[in-house]
Parts: sequence; structure tokens; C-alpha cells
Amino acid sequence: MEAILLQILNGLDKGSAYALIALGLTLIFGTLGVVNFAHGALFMIGAFCAVMLSRIMNYSRVIIDESRTDFLGNPLKVEVPYLHDWFGPEIGQTMIEWSVPLAIIFSIPVMWVVGYVMERGLIRHFYKRPHADQILVTFGLAIVLQEIVKHFFGANPIPTPAPPAFAGSFDVGALIGFDPNVIIYPYWRLIYFAFAALIIGAVFAFLQFTTFGLVVRAGMNDRETVGLLGIDIDKRFTTMFAIAACVAGLAGVMYAPINAPNYHMGMDFLVLSFVVVVVGGMGSLGGAVLAGFLLGVLESIASMSQVIEYLPGINQIVIYLVAIIILLTRPRGLMGRKGVMEE
Amino acid sequence: MSDSKLVIGRRGLLKGGVAVGAVGLAAPTFFNSPARADNHSGYLNAPQGGSVTLGFNVPQSGPYADEGADELRAYKLAVKHLNGEGDGGMMNTFSSKALKGNGILGKKVEYVTGDTQTKSDAARASAKSMIEKDGAIMITGGSSSGVAVAVQALCQETGIMFMAGLTHSNDTTGKDRKANGFRHFFNSYMSGAALAPVLAANYGTDRKAYHLTADYNWGYTTEEAVTQATEAVGWETVNAVKTPLTQTDFSSYIAPVLQSDADVLVLNHYGGNMVNSLTNAVQFGLRDKLVNNKNFEIVVPLYSRLMAKGAGANVKGIFGSTNWHWSLQDEGSKAFVKSFGTEYGFPPSQAAHTTYVQTMLYADACERAGTFNPCGVVEALEGFFFSGLGNGPTIYRKEDHQCFKDVLVVKGKENPESEFDLLEVVEVTPMSKVWYSPDHPQMGGEAATLGECNTGA
Repeated sequence: MEAILLQILNGLDKGSAYALIALGLTLIFGTLGVVNFAHGALFMIGAFCAVMLSRIMNYSRVIIDESRTDFLGNPLKVEVPYLHDWFGPEIGQTMIEWSVPLAIIFSIPVMWVVGYVMERGLIRHFYKRPHADQILVTFGLAIVLQEIVKHFFGANPIPTPAPPAFAGSFDVGALIGFDPNVIIYPYWRLIYFAFAALIIGAVFAFLQFTTFGLVVRAGMNDRETVGLLGIDIDKRFTTMFAIAACVAGLAGVMYAPINAPNYHMGMDFLVLSFVVVVVGGMGSLGGAVLAGFLLGVLESIASMSQVIEYLPGINQIVIYLVAIIILLTRPRGLMGRKGVMEE
Repeated sequence: MSDSKLVIGRRGLLKGGVAVGAVGLAAPTFFNSPARADNHSGYLNAPQGGSVTLGFNVPQSGPYADEGADELRAYKLAVKHLNGEGDGGMMNTFSSKALKGNGILGKKVEYVTGDTQTKSDAARASAKSMIEKDGAIMITGGSSSGVAVAVQALCQETGIMFMAGLTHSNDTTGKDRKANGFRHFFNSYMSGAALAPVLAANYGTDRKAYHLTADYNWGYTTEEAVTQATEAVGWETVNAVKTPLTQTDFSSYIAPVLQSDADVLVLNHYGGNMVNSLTNAVQFGLRDKLVNNKNFEIVVPLYSRLMAKGAGANVKGIFGSTNWHWSLQDEGSKAFVKSFGTEYGFPPSQAAHTTYVQTMLYADACERAGTFNPCGVVEALEGFFFSGLGNGPTIYRKEDHQCFKDVLVVKGKENPESEFDLLEVVEVTPMSKVWYSPDHPQMGGEAATLGECNTGA
């Protein structure tokens, strides 16, 4: 029982990453009608915003320590971050250690610009082209973006830890009546889950309760009519693309301490996220979130050794198996709308 | 089938090696073979003119690109030294003095490079292109056992020498061994044999291990090797779970470990898998847990400095094994670190070391054989005993073309002084402790054979 509860918790956490990426994908598809294969790259760029800010905050001056030598026997060059000079070693170090939470603020304008430039500079030229063209161009863009990141940051993962205050695990089991130390879960992953829920809630609230959101939702349903009413829907859709880029970027920033960012992390999530979107139903925001959490939980449970013992290999195929079953029984996905991608 | 014991000690081996070397130099058997009649003809890509081309097949893209880049740096440095440029590096400390710094057999060494992309089919295609279009006489490289096994088989088919780079699976010189292929790097069996006594000494003999294993060739052989070696010292293996190679978040595999009775987690992962699984395991607080009244421990059988860097502080205090480390203080290692560090500004990785050594060993074998003919080179390398290349006395065993040498057991350093200072050597396991019989079950048993060397003629 404890094992299942732990895997459900884990699945919800995994699912929150899938849901955030799939939410952005669906926003873009629902508004612009573009199948954006570069969305995983936006997630990766978000994670590298955390890496970048960490490097900026670690920017150092070099002093020579004559008492120690480097690997060649020369006097050791020691780097002293400027933040240590400006704010003192303790405060300066604390600021550096909090670079990931600070990167949330740093990443929003960066991702906004990246999203805006991507949409205006490239993707808008493909609105009226077939989906196959859109897939090819966005997939190509994703490869270009990841190679750029690799050029500057290398191919190896770059450790980007969470602040020490969030190291360690929380005893979730004790909170719900189990014995101590039976169901424990890392603090940062719990924070990720809460953060994802907050972002998802904010996006839904924005679309539901603002005039901007009302227009966008109207545009998603009937773009032509909204245009005929004299509303520049394209401008709003560009903004939605930038918002989707920010959502993916924030998902990436917060993911950086969970797994050290590397240049191909976006591709690792991309295929899964598309499966999530298809299972949830193309164009359905609620479906994307629901499917994200559902598939996260199923993947986690299928990874249990007790399950693998009876169904060897199920951990590797469960998501695709569920996708096939759902598409056979509900061809439009869990919450798909009629007419979307059916022309 | 039990392991054959290495009946001679290192000193004896050294004496024997010197004797064999002396006899070999005095009357190399190859000099009497038919290929001797024409040293630069009668085999594929026999070099014409004043140069000879080597093919460096490394991952230049994909997740192992950084490791590939380090391998390529080492290859370029080796070429420089072979051609008499630079400070000579380990040529000065190498026990064989056949190399003169005038290329190989008087021919200037040139090279071409290929990108394996860490994919077997891409690696074979790039090796094929270097052999057919560029006339490469030898192919070397790789940062993956799957790639090494695939390219080795191609080289065997075409009649080209293959000097493996970083490949740790038993199969490369086990069930998939080939006459034209040689491996300097150590293997899974050796990791298990070297690690188990150190683990027993540090963590006790009453331990329950839970294995997470990358679901591919290298993962299987490493799990088998470590399981057998640790069970031999009294440990119990409570579970062994395969994880997809494409897995990035290992939390769903780590969580069940918490619920098991295990008090040790063995991560048979390499590269990005290792970085992520170790990071996840530390996040879940495994190292802070007390199970069966013992501190929970994590073991990483194959360490790489480049990967340790990716895992950051999570490697602290965690045992593993490695083929070579830049902090070694023997003359060969010091010469190589100085040469590489001066050229590139940072110390070499184990991948760089093994590829540099393989290039030197190949060139030396050509010099001693007096030809580039693969069958001559094979004969010169088989049973070749040498030292001065950073791993102490080393022998290229004739039966499987595997190098036998001391194995390093390392631990993540608690207080690193630099970004390169991540691992510390805690034990140098002597060659005799990692020796096994060529027909060991983990190596393919009696069915595994080298076959005949192929000249491609």
C-alpha cells in the first residue's frame, strides 16, 4: 500500500512536468493551429536559464594562491565570485545558492522574447502550410536550438542544485497516518508539483477570467468571426505563443535541480508530451493536464518491480499502450473536441 | 568453469615479459611469415607514399560528445608525438623503445575523423567511409560498447585493425572478441572483481544489494559481474531492475528501493543515466537512511570524471572503479598529464588516456612488426608486455586481446580542490586479482573465439 501511494505521489510529480509542457503545446496548437515540435527545446532553454543565471552569479575574479598548486604544479588559480566581494562571503554564497528560484524571474523575460521571436520570425510563415511542414520546420528549429546550447554549454549535464534549504525529504507518510520514514518524498519535487499546479491554475484563470482570455478562447473556437469583429486575433495569438514559451521555460527552470540540464533534455520530453496531448485530446487544455497526470501515475506504477515481475518490459511501453487503447476507444482523446485536426 | 588463477606474480610477469620482448626483438616470428615479403602491400589500404592514415571514430555529436572531444584531443596529441612534435608525452616513458618520433615506419601519421553519434549504424557508416574513401589503415575510438562491438566486427570483415577506445562491456573481448580487435580499457568483470573486496572492507559482508541496470549490453554484463563478485564476498542481491536507456527521471525506480529491504543501491548506469539516477537517489535521501541498522550506501561500478562532474556534489563518498586517473603519480601518467594539460589547459579524462595509449600501442606494434599488415600487427600485440603508459605493468593477452593491468577503485572526493579534482583513488587492485580465464562464462565461455586475422586482401 505504501509503495503504491509513493508511486502515485511520484506519478503526480512526473505528471506535473508532462502537464506543463503539454499545456503549452496545446495552447499553441489550440490558438495558432501549429504543431510545435520545438516546444521541448523551449523547456530545455528554460532549464538553461537557470544554468545561465547560476553562471552569471558565479562570475568571478581570479586570484593566485601560491600555497597550493594545480594539476601541472603551477600556483593554483582560485576563483572568487564578485558577489562574495560585494555582499560578503556568506550573503554572496547564499545568493548564488538561490540562483534557481531567482531564475524564475530571470527566465520570464528571456522566454517571452524567445517565444515572440520564434513566432514572429519563423512560425507565422507556416500557419497556412500543412501540418507536416510545420512539424518539419519546428523539429529542425529544435535541433538548431539544442546544437546552439551544446556549442556554448557542452554535451555533459550541468549540475544545478536547489537551495540547501530545500535539500532532503519530507515525511509525507507521517502526515497521513503512516509510520515515520515509510513514505518520504524530496522537498524540491513537492515544490515542483505545487509550482506546476500554481502555473496551470494561473493559465486557466487567465483564459477564463480576463477579457484577453475571453478573446483568445473565442478565437480558438472561431478565428474568422473574431477577426470579423475587428479584433486583431493574430496579435493575441502571438502573445499566447510567448505565454506558452514562458510556461515551458518555467517548467524547465524548476526542473533543473531535479535532473542536471543537458542540451537534449527537451527531446527527451517532447515525444512523451505529444503522447500526452494526443491522449488528452488535441486542443483541449484540460485534457492535456489530465492526461499529463494520468500518464505520469501510470508510468510510475508500471515501474514498480512487483509489476515488472509479472509484465516484463511494461515500464517501457505503458504510456504508448495506454495511448493506443485510448485512441482506439476514444479517437479524439480523453477530452478532445470535434473538428480539431480532422480536416 | 572456474577462473584460472594467475600463477605468476607481477615481478615474474615483468621478467617474463622482458624476456619475451627480448626474444621478440631478436627474432620476431612475423619476420618469417609471408607478409614480410612486401611490408607495404598485400593487405587492405597498404600505405603508399610518405604518409599513413589513421581513422579516429569518436562521438562528436550526441550525449557522449564531450567524452568524444576529449578522445579526439588525445588522438591529435598522440599523432603529434608520433610525428616528433611536442614533448613526446608517454613515448618517453613507454617501456618499448621502437617508436622514434618519425611517424610510423618512417611514414608521417595523418588522420581522418568520423562521428559515431553513439549509434552503432552511424559508427559503422563513418568507419566504412574512413576505410573505403580515406584509406584508413586502422580504426580506433568509441565511447560505447555497442558501438565498439559493431565497429570491431566491421573491421574484422574488411581486414582493418580496430583499437577500441572507451568500451567497458565484457562482450568486446568476450563473446564478441575478434582477431583484428584489441582493447586497452578494462571491463565489467574487472570492475566487479576490484570493487567487491573494497566494498566488503568498507561496508561489511552482510549487505543486501538492489541493482538498477541500464537495459543494454553493457548494463547486463556489469550487473552480472558486480552481482557475482559481491555475492562471492557474502552480499545478497535482493532485486535487479532494468531501466530504459532513454530514461531521464529515475524517481519511479528509486522509490521502490525505499520500500525494499536493501541497504545498498548499485547503479549499473553510465553517462547521462548515471548522472540522473545518482542525483535522484541522493534527492530521495537514500544516503541518509538507516536500513538493517546500517547506513544505506550507493555504488557506481564505472566512474568517469566527466560524468562525475555532471553529478556534482552527489558523487561524494561513493565508490566506483576507473581505468585511469590523472592524479596517478607514476612517470607515464605524469608525462601524459603534463603534455595534455599544457596543450589543452585541463587534465585528461580516462577516455583520453586509453585512446592515446591505444594509438601508441598500435604504432609501436607496427614498428616492431615492420609492417602495417594487420596479421603482423596482431602478432606483435598478442602477448605484448609493456609498462610506462600509466597503468603499471600491462599485458595484451593473446587469447582474447584484452589488456590486463591494475584496476583503480575510486571514491567521490569529499572536499574537491578544483572542478577536476572529483575522484580519489582509494585502492589499486593488482592485475592478479582481476585476472580471469579466457573461457570464463561471463566472457562467452568456450564458444568465444577470436577467429583468424584478416588482411582484407
